[in-house]
Amino acid sequence: MHWLIAPGFFTSAPVHTALVLSAIAATVCAVVGVFTVLRGMAFAGHALTDVAATGGSGAVLVGASPLTGFLTGAVAGAGAVAVAGGRDARGRDVATGIVLSLATGLSALFLYLDATTSSATGVTQRVLFGSLFSADPSTVLPTLSVGLLALVVTGLTVRPLVLTSLSVELARARGIRVGLVNVVFLATMATAVGLSALVSGSLLSTALLIGPAVAAVRCTTRLSHALVVATALGVGCSWLGILLSYDSYNWMPNNQSLPVSFFVVVTVVLSYAICTWWGTRARRV
Amino acid sequence: MQPEILSVEHLTVALRGRVILDDVSFVIRRGEFTGLIGSNGVGKTTLLRALLGLESPHSGVITIDGAPRGRSHAAIGYVPQKIALDADVPLRVRDFVALGLDAERWGLPRRTAAHRARVREVLEAVGATHLADQRLSALSGGEQQRVFIAHALVRRPAILLLDEPLANLDPRNVQEIVALLHRLAREHDVAILLSAHEMNALLPVMDRVIYLTGGHCASGPTNEVVQTDVLSALYGHHVDVVQVHGRVFVIAEPNEATDNLPEHPTLTVH
Repeated sequence: MHWLIAPGFFTSAPVHTALVLSAIAATVCAVVGVFTVLRGMAFAGHALTDVAATGGSGAVLVGASPLTGFLTGAVAGAGAVAVAGGRDARGRDVATGIVLSLATGLSALFLYLDATTSSATGVTQRVLFGSLFSADPSTVLPTLSVGLLALVVTGLTVRPLVLTSLSVELARARGIRVGLVNVVFLATMATAVGLSALVSGSLLSTALLIGPAVAAVRCTTRLSHALVVATALGVGCSWLGILLSYDSYNWMPNNQSLPVSFFVVVTVVLSYAICTWWGTRARRV
Repeated sequence: MQPEILSVEHLTVALRGRVILDDVSFVIRRGEFTGLIGSNGVGKTTLLRALLGLESPHSGVITIDGAPRGRSHAAIGYVPQKIALDADVPLRVRDFVALGLDAERWGLPRRTAAHRARVREVLEAVGATHLADQRLSALSGGEQQRVFIAHALVRRPAILLLDEPLANLDPRNVQEIVALLHRLAREHDVAILLSAHEMNALLPVMDRVIYLTGGHCASGPTNEVVQTDVLSALYGHHVDVVQVHGRVFVIAEPNEATDNLPEHPTLTVH
């Protein structure tokens, strides 16, 4: 069994923290991700991950927690996209591109200042690619609270979200305030991105937001099933990534673990490929 | 005579400073099939959007089932011109139709036995029972149109507005959808207002026509409106109305302004 699960995995406190944090982040990302895919907002989701990096690197600079930075950055980015993007998808894409450029520039500045003026080591690695095993256990409660809030908001808006995803015109005809739904969803998506950045770093957090969701919608025909499958894939891939990263300590000659984010992204991409194959096959039958 | 379900009086709508609808008036009664006819760009969609409360009139009054038009009205069912569905949308036909019951409400949907029975009933009414468990995005154009109609009907509206529902269908599907809507109007006592740029497919079933051009309209029973004198007055110049093998052709004189002309074959320019 040791070839599969290295000794100490179940008794390690950092592993416990990593498993809990990743489960929360993966669940929120999976649920929000399904609607991100339905609404064709994968680009906006990816851009928010870069804005989260700005927040994360800025937080380190001022001595705040990375979680606070990731969430603040992503939510501020979502607000900027909502304000500048107007009402149509094209305007939103243009605004997203501009916000993305500005955020990337600020990230470069903050990371440079972090590296040259901060006493903290490995900041760039931690912000961009994550460092789940060094996560502070005290972040579990705020992560859980923010994650639950995002899930409750998604649950409350689920019906208007679905209809606006299918047809904005039909939704408006039903009296749904489409602009309000868009803003609320952008804020929820930013929250999911901020949580995901904790697990896989800001650069790779799109993997948890988009990967399990798009895999799930490819192989299911019901929204409820897509949500369950996306959650199972997201949590499963995160936990498998943590396990493989933990095991990799014994694989490398210098006894250094490989990054969790690498394994999470690889397992997410594999699950996407399998689900796409499965879904295509099922539709042919 | 059936009671009025929709009354439009002296409606004027302007978009970005341009008058699209100018002093338009008509009534629609329960169970009537009404065609909203006009070429592309004459304001059919604007009129439907005004009826839906999505455009604010510059002047005029819209009354639905005896009450002034509000932002949202359960008495209206709507089928938009286009719903572009991604192939991966994980939504079954029965779930999409059920969404028509309460899509604007907050919170998780709780489907009761009565909800499920209503969905079954309306799917049966549009001849789509066999599609209930299929992925919505996997259906053909004609099948999707039936499902969109079911979605609009599930709340038992008194009037159903359809924006160019025949535009992308082949002739067989056009006939089937028109026959379906005619049957629904009769059996479910629902008024149908269907916009189209071509009226021939609707001639066998239309009780009433609203003929729109240049921002103005003529409305009434089809055989009274589609007449040379009525349409000539509406266009502001002479046009001929000719019937050939049960099809109607509206023919303009040579050298007349063509800005407001409907598309072939409703209007043929010689």
